Amino acid sequence: MGPALPLDEAGAYVAAAYLVFLALILAYVGIMASKLGRIEKELTELTELAARRDADDPAREKEHA
Amino acid sequence: MYGRGLKPLSIASVAALIGAFALVFFYAPLDADQGFIQKIFYLHVPLALVALGGFVTGGVYGIKHLRSGSREHDMKSYVAIHLSIILGVATLATGMIWAKASWGAWWVWDEPTLVAFLIVFLLYACYQPLRFAIEDPDRQMRYAAVFAVIGGAFVPLCFMSVRFAQAALVHPRVLDQTGGGMPGSMFFTFLVALAGMTLLFVTLWKFELSSKHARAQLAALRRRVASA
Repeated sequence: MGPALPLDEAGAYVAAAYLVFLALILAYVGIMASKLGRIEKELTELTELAARRDADDPAREKEHA
Repeated sequence: MYGRGLKPLSIASVAALIGAFALVFFYAPLDADQGFIQKIFYLHVPLALVALGGFVTGGVYGIKHLRSGSREHDMKSYVAIHLSIILGVATLATGMIWAKASWGAWWVWDEPTLVAFLIVFLLYACYQPLRFAIEDPDRQMRYAAVFAVIGGAFVPLCFMSVRFAQAALVHPRVLDQTGGGMPGSMFFTFLVALAGMTLLFVTLWKFELSSKHARAQLAALRRRVASA
C-alpha cells in the first residue's frame, strides 16, 4: 500500500465511488418507474375496456352501479 | 400486499443513508494510513456485505420454495438475487476505484478476497440467463431454486476458504474479533452505513416484489377480461 494520496486527488476517487453508487440506484429507480408507467397504462386500457363493455350492455352498468 | 410498510421503510432507508454519509464525512476520523481515500470503505464494504447477504437470502427462499412449491417464495428468491447482482456491480466498481487509488492498480489478481467476490458475482451472473432459458414455469422455478440454494451455500464457503488461506492478504479485514482494528468512531460509522444499506436493500426488494405482484395480477385480470 502506497502513501496516502493528497486530498484533491483522493477527493476525485471518493466522489467517483459515491457517484457510481448514486448512478446505479438512480438507474434502478428509473427502470422501476418505467415499469410502473407500463402497469398504469395497461390498467387504464383495462378500465376503458370495462367502461366500453358497460356502455354496450346497460344491464351490466346498472349492476356495477 | 408487498407494498405494505413501504413508505416508512423508504423514509427510514433515506434517513439512515443520509445519516451514514454525514457521519462518514463529518464525524469519522481520517485514516492514518490511507487518509481521505479510506472514505470509500464506508460504501464499498456495506455494499459487499449486503450483496452477499442477499445471495444467501435468495438461497433461503430457494429452500422454502423447494419445500412448499410456493410461487411467492420463488419470486422473493429471484428478486433478492437480482438486487444482489446490482449491488455486486456497485461493489466491484467502488472496489476497483479504491484499489486504483490505494494500490495503483484497478485489479489485483493475487488477492484472494477480490477473486473470491468476482467468482461469486460471475456465478450469479449466470442465474438469470439460465433461469429464463427454461420455458416451463414450474421447472424454471424449481431449477432456479436449486441454483439459489447451491449458490447461497457457496457464498459463505468461498469466503471461509479465503479466511483460511495462508496467502499474504492485502485486502483489509473488517469482520474479525477486533473490528478490523478500527477506532470506535469509525466502527460506529461503518455500522450505521451497514444498517442504511440493509434498509435500502429491503426497501428495493419490497418495491420490486410489489411491482411484480401488481404486474402478475394485471396479467390475470387481462386474461379474465379477454375470456369474459
